[in-house]
Amino acid sequence: MTCRPALSRRPLLSAGAALLLAASALPALAQTKAVSVTAIVEHPALDAIRDGVKDELQAAGYESGKNLKWEYQSAQGNPGTAAQIARKFIGDKPDVIVAIATPSAQAVVAATKTIPVVYSGVTDPVAAQLVKDWKPSGTNVTGVSDLLALDKQLALIKQLVPNARRVGMVYNPGEANSAVVVKQLKDLLGKSGMTLVEASAPRSVDVGAAARTLVGKVDVIYTNTDNNVVSAYEALVKVGNDAKIPLVAADTDSVKRGAVAALGIDYRDLGRQTGRQVVRILKGEAPGAIASETSSKLELVLNATAAAKQGVKLSPELRQSAKTVLE
Amino acid sequence: MSLYSLWGALEIGLIFGLVALGVFITFRVLNFPDLTVDGSFPLGAAVAATLIGSGTDPFLATAAAIAAGAAAGFLTGWLHVRLKIMDLLAGILVMIALYSINLRIMGKPNVPLITEPTIFSVLPGWLPDYIERPLAMLALVAVAKLLLDWFFSSEIGLALRATGANARMARAQGVATGTATLVGMALSNALVALAGAVFAQSQGGADISMGIGTIVIGLAAVIVGESVLPARRLVWTTLAVVLGAVLYRLFVALALNSEFIGLKAQDLNLVTAVLVALALVLPRLKRRRAPRTAKGG
Repeated sequence: MTCRPALSRRPLLSAGAALLLAASALPALAQTKAVSVTAIVEHPALDAIRDGVKDELQAAGYESGKNLKWEYQSAQGNPGTAAQIARKFIGDKPDVIVAIATPSAQAVVAATKTIPVVYSGVTDPVAAQLVKDWKPSGTNVTGVSDLLALDKQLALIKQLVPNARRVGMVYNPGEANSAVVVKQLKDLLGKSGMTLVEASAPRSVDVGAAARTLVGKVDVIYTNTDNNVVSAYEALVKVGNDAKIPLVAADTDSVKRGAVAALGIDYRDLGRQTGRQVVRILKGEAPGAIASETSSKLELVLNATAAAKQGVKLSPELRQSAKTVLE
Repeated sequence: MSLYSLWGALEIGLIFGLVALGVFITFRVLNFPDLTVDGSFPLGAAVAATLIGSGTDPFLATAAAIAAGAAAGFLTGWLHVRLKIMDLLAGILVMIALYSINLRIMGKPNVPLITEPTIFSVLPGWLPDYIERPLAMLALVAVAKLLLDWFFSSEIGLALRATGANARMARAQGVATGTATLVGMALSNALVALAGAVFAQSQGGADISMGIGTIVIGLAAVIVGESVLPARRLVWTTLAVVLGAVLYRLFVALALNSEFIGLKAQDLNLVTAVLVALALVLPRLKRRRAPRTAKGG
């Protein structure tokens, strides 16, 4: 501490200039960068995104506590708190704010036009008005969407249940992400002469009852990453097993819990993808020059036991294209 | 704590000050434990956001939100007064019904207002946004508070207070207690819906889940306010509940900045609860200690 004022009091101007030069020539990594992360609520998928971002930052040489000031805040489900977290982050002026899930992302984007924002885990960032379109925004916002290309999901359904005509879907009508999927899936199914039968579950406890209303009306039940459905997936499995209706999920974790198959996103991986955008911004790229992305990696997971219970045969081709087959 | 944090807490605190005023009318003045607010807060947001999204003037949209809130409150009151459904249950019924109605209004679970004009767009821009908005809110809440004070000194306002204080006595004095309850419920939920409409416009949109816990925060604000500024006169109590809402938000801001004592993100709600509990208990401790020291001296 005491040597510092002594240094700056050196009479030699040239020495001071040399010091300045040396400081500016230091590699960017030596400076401490600040990344602030917020999510609307604690949730396995959202937490996995957060951890993935941290993984990627570490892989790029940013280590928390050394050259990275990492902060994480959860709004614990409260929109007022989400708004306050947004204000706090803006006051802290980090290098990048990572906002996970739609309400948190909207609160942050509404509050700053200058600090770089990377959203993640938002299914439709355009409908949420985070970005104008999927191209580089030219603003302070970019990010990674967890939108699943539904044509691939439909292809999987057709492969599993080739003569499926009626697809059932259980979802929470109050979840923005699910509403997007329902609308798109309806259009897509219509094009190939199939129909969507909806069953709404506004609360987790409604999932079982909603699934039961589909019995006899559908050939297969598809679910997206709806929070209510995922948290009560066992209720769905019971109905699927009892009524021999095959279940197709959108997250690989649900396959372990009893779905036949899922072509899904690994959310930790989505977090890493988000982290790569963060690193690009930390290295000096403008967020407005980076296009919004969707998940680059999908993996197929199958469950042979569930397939037997729900009356589906897993074809050898399907087994081959799967990353994992649970027996 | 940064200035942004502080002004942000003030802005959100003032918005919830409107909720606190609404909750104060039902719980304290009318003695009606009304849970409709968990539905009328997002109702105000939904109506305002949807109308603005379809090109309506933000002020008109906000007025429509107020009207929608009043209708929701009226409905709860009507279920109780006319159909004799227990007060708590009437509120719960309307609250859960509003979830579906809000979804119908919005047509989807989330209506963004990030690129749309809002009531805050008319601010002159003399000061930075983060200061101007809380000041605008201060003006809005002050007007609401003064109007409410005026209302409570009017004949119907006094009838409303009498109904809450002693319904049987009020009826004996010729007060139509049923009507007074309906008016109070409509007024309360109109204020809460106004808060929802303003919140949506200040925070980038309406979301179906934004009503969860509104009643808890409103009640906490009322109780914190009454304990830090105990008063018998209504004009002071309405000020106190707004103050309580702002204090509550300041506690949240404080809790968000508590990492330095080793607390983590998941402790936020706990820290907020502890701070609010302290705010409630400390004035009482001081009062209790004062006479003891006087005796000892």
